[in-house]
Amino acid sequence: MLAGRDTFTVTEGSVTYDGRDLLALSPEERSWAGVFLGFQYPVEIPGVSNVNFMKAAVNEQRRQRGLEPLSAGAFLKLMREKMAYVEMDSSFSGRGVNVGFSGGEKKRNEIFQMAMLEPRLAILDETDSGLDVDALRIVATGVNQLKRPDNAFIVITHYQRLLDYIVPDVIHVLYKGRIIKTAGKELALEIEQKGYDWLIQESE
Amino acid sequence: MKESEKIIEEVTSGEYEHGFETVVEQDFIPKGLNEDIIRLISRKKEEPQWLLDFRMKAFRQWQKMTLPGWAHLDIPPIDFQDIIYYAAPKSPTHKSEKRAIDPEIEKTFDKLGIPLNEREALAGLADGSGTAVDAVFDSVSVKTTFSETLAEKGIIFCSFSEAVKNYPQLVQKYLATVVPAADNFYSALNSAVFSDGSFCYIPKGVRCPMELSSYFRINARGTGQFERTLIVADEGSYVSYLEGCTAPRRDESQLHAAVVEIVVEKDAEVKYSTVQNWYPGDAEGRGGIYNFVTKRGLCKGSGSKLFWTQVETGSAITWKYPSTILKGDNAISEFYSVAVTNNFQQADTGTKMIHIGRNTTSRIVSKGISAGRSQNSYRGMVKVLPGAEGARNHSQCDSLLLGDKCGAHTFPVIDSANPGATIEHEATTSKISEEQLFYCRQRGITEEEAIGLIVNGYAKEVLNKLPMEFAVEAQKLLQVSLEGSIG
Repeated sequence: MLAGRDTFTVTEGSVTYDGRDLLALSPEERSWAGVFLGFQYPVEIPGVSNVNFMKAAVNEQRRQRGLEPLSAGAFLKLMREKMAYVEMDSSFSGRGVNVGFSGGEKKRNEIFQMAMLEPRLAILDETDSGLDVDALRIVATGVNQLKRPDNAFIVITHYQRLLDYIVPDVIHVLYKGRIIKTAGKELALEIEQKGYDWLIQESE
Repeated sequence: MKESEKIIEEVTSGEYEHGFETVVEQDFIPKGLNEDIIRLISRKKEEPQWLLDFRMKAFRQWQKMTLPGWAHLDIPPIDFQDIIYYAAPKSPTHKSEKRAIDPEIEKTFDKLGIPLNEREALAGLADGSGTAVDAVFDSVSVKTTFSETLAEKGIIFCSFSEAVKNYPQLVQKYLATVVPAADNFYSALNSAVFSDGSFCYIPKGVRCPMELSSYFRINARGTGQFERTLIVADEGSYVSYLEGCTAPRRDESQLHAAVVEIVVEKDAEVKYSTVQNWYPGDAEGRGGIYNFVTKRGLCKGSGSKLFWTQVETGSAITWKYPSTILKGDNAISEFYSVAVTNNFQQADTGTKMIHIGRNTTSRIVSKGISAGRSQNSYRGMVKVLPGAEGARNHSQCDSLLLGDKCGAHTFPVIDSANPGATIEHEATTSKISEEQLFYCRQRGITEEEAIGLIVNGYAKEVLNKLPMEFAVEAQKLLQVSLEGSIG
């Protein structure tokens, strides 16, 4: 919804992002404004290589900011650098976007794209689901390396184990469409020990 | 990088780019088709008797023929008496490069990106590279560039009319040997009324140093264009040939019925590439060219090779099947095609590969892209004759749909009379999904650009076969052709 998928209808409420009405923007405008969605199930795009896909995305973002497109050399250098964050090997750039990728590779690709685009607000939708421990570590390391004072990550997860790698500033507990609890990182440990029930009771 | 910006700009403006009309005084003959008209065309061209006889024979055969009805096309009735069969600019036409060409016509070709000035055409190119052009404007060839440079290597590259005058033996030897006049309704019509076209002969063992190209431009109203191309590659020679075409935007439909014949002798190789961008009609399906073309090559000698590559984006209706007769042993032919239809366009296109010689190999890669309310059909035939020991064919035939109001159809026929032949056929149909587009847009890629990216990715295998300048042109064309096709 925040990214602008038209299968969702906003019935009430508003979203203000950086002083702007986010809901009035098209998906690409939201992206240009720095909103990034890490998909839970990234789609495959056969025939379009990762390098061409990212080149189109990065240069369009630059164009929107009034910057010249990157030269081929500068772009490839940037790509290699960011691929290292998520431990992608060099064969990756020539492969079709997500085509034949394992679940872990798809998630790593999401983090890689995030690294390339350097969003101000990244929403990672269950990026940890279906990942083995190694993939989880790689994804989390990527996120940690990208954390800066001027950007924010909303990490949506069901599991404590991701939080062994990513240390959040704030935890929100969402239940039936409402935030029922907001606290610091210690909340995660409490939930790990006591489960969610006490929070639900408390909120009712 | 500037290129991509240009593409975006073109996509957002998104109109048929070559739809302008050139104002030039023209010589028309009366409307209609009969024996007198044919004599008149022949007289205007100062033709020898044998060619007039050829035309007359074709015309009489055509009169007995009926329109082909097997294609998956809905063709409005065509009144063949309501067409002007010959229109030529009045000003000094041709022929040698030194003589003047009407500046308006030169400007027209400049605007189309086809420089007819040799010095300009060569600017910034390595010595000896570049493209030689035969420029056909309505019914006549107005200029052939680099004829003299090529002649130094013994290569003949000139208009068809000149070839008839200067090389009658060669023309007579090869004319209609690959596409007999009565091959089909439109080849018979063409044989009766063709007005000009290109002729090319590459002598034994010569590798043509330049790309050769024919550019067809329809300009006059109410006319049809009927030209012939005859390419002969003698033993061990090589040539890469390009063909381009455009027409003004107008409400009436115009007929283009061409014949292309290619003869490939022993160990010779011909690459024939087409970027077809005839005016496709408007978004409501008004106007546009009817492109009914017969193209065929004969791999005559052993080890001969013929490669077809076509990018079809234009025309209201396309009826076209570039085919190869693999007669020589070990001959190879490939057909790579991208056909795009949008709005109300209709295309029925494909190929025939006829295996006669032993160990002959053919490959077919066809990519159809349908959008809007268009209909796009692949029609192909692989025929293996009893003597074609060890023949091999691989066909791959993909369709991509944009939206849910268009249609993609495939009609492959395999006819093998030799149990030792290996024939493989693969086909896929896919659709650009909303998920894919949303994914691209979330990364900041606009919808139009995303479609361009996906379509170019899909067609890459074919585009890669084109000479480089053409490949860039074709990529842009794909994007422009599909403008406004989603949502």
